[in-house]
Amino acid sequence: MAKLEFTNVGVRAIAACVPKHVRSNNQLEVLLGSIELEKVLQNIGIREMRQVSEATTPADLCCAAAERLFIDNSASKDEIDVVLFLSQNGDFKIPATSPSIQYRLGLPTTTACLDLTLACSGYIYALSTAFAYASIPGVKNVLLLVGETFSQIVSDKDKVNAPLYGDAGTATLISKGDFGSSIFQLYSDGSGADAIKIEAGGARCPANSETVLPKEREDGNIRSGHQLYMDGMEVFNFTLKVVPKSVKDALAETGENVDSIDFFVFHQANRFMIDFFVKKLKIPKDKVPISLDTFGNVSSATIPLTLVTRLKNELVVSDKKVLISGFGAGLSWGTAMLRMNCPVVSELVEL
Amino acid sequence: MKASPNDFILALSEAIERDVETINIEDCFRDYVEWDSIALLSLIAMLDDNYGVNIPREIFEKLETIQDLIDQVNNS
Repeated sequence: MAKLEFTNVGVRAIAACVPKHVRSNNQLEVLLGSIELEKVLQNIGIREMRQVSEATTPADLCCAAAERLFIDNSASKDEIDVVLFLSQNGDFKIPATSPSIQYRLGLPTTTACLDLTLACSGYIYALSTAFAYASIPGVKNVLLLVGETFSQIVSDKDKVNAPLYGDAGTATLISKGDFGSSIFQLYSDGSGADAIKIEAGGARCPANSETVLPKEREDGNIRSGHQLYMDGMEVFNFTLKVVPKSVKDALAETGENVDSIDFFVFHQANRFMIDFFVKKLKIPKDKVPISLDTFGNVSSATIPLTLVTRLKNELVVSDKKVLISGFGAGLSWGTAMLRMNCPVVSELVEL
Repeated sequence: MKASPNDFILALSEAIERDVETINIEDCFRDYVEWDSIALLSLIAMLDDNYGVNIPREIFEKLETIQDLIDQVNNS
């Protein structure tokens, strides 16, 4: 287990951007039937989500969030030393997306830019990377951009995935300061690599005229090789096994407990899962914000989107201890205990 | 934790939202009208929460009756 501890580095500001277009899950009645649909929506807790147009990418949403962050903060663009961009849907195969973001945002050419990719656990990992850079002498500010547009990679004829995913982009500013200590515990289990997968388009299975064709798969789901597959049962089994334990371990490691932590922000996979964690870990419900009801599961962007849209008023008034936990494809998971010292939290941007 | 048939049927009844009186140990649970993807997730959560058991998919697919589930829990 990778255990990382950082002192006097923290989140100075957060912003998020979602597309204006609202997609209601009610339109899935054709796919699921009205009775099944109602039961599914009741359980996953996702009524609607935001959806980009074809022309909009995660980088666009992240840039809009970053611009808002700069407007709302004293940090000037010249003070950004590192840009990290995490997404599973970068603009191009080559080049990486983060240098183009440096140019778009008007950041100096002295900015180090790096793309990262992971999954729904990505924010925890990328934030730990940002904290690591920000800990280095000479680095003052790291801009972390995390965004996903799963509407572009999920088939609307896939009963498992179609009701779940929305689109969002976020920006987090990480800086040195009087933050105290934060810890990250990060885990991986590649034996479950097949549980959540887009099989085609990478080096293992390059795109060809076959891979792009929608085909009927398990349980009548229809998708191409370039669209997301998820084995719901395997993922659920995995999550129940690792997430509560990872949260307990993080609490034990930091000497904290359910009462001393102000908020537990879980990756917004689905309502049923979060309710299970709450019950299993005996966390008071008002400490567990939910954003999936209106934004769906936005993969790696769920945690910062939840901070912006559900905890803004609490975070800006006083210091808070916030535990964040993410889990997903890889398989990959991680939990972090952050000390939030009144970061600047921007109003949600709509693009 | 070992599963007694009565306790297991009660927990199953709550998980899949089916009247406990209509659940018999020799029933094939996939034949229940309540059985669907959500019932499956509820069952998985119940097995984890009540018995600390995780059944891999390849084994679960071979289980047919409530008795099979109980045996699997008790052999895990």
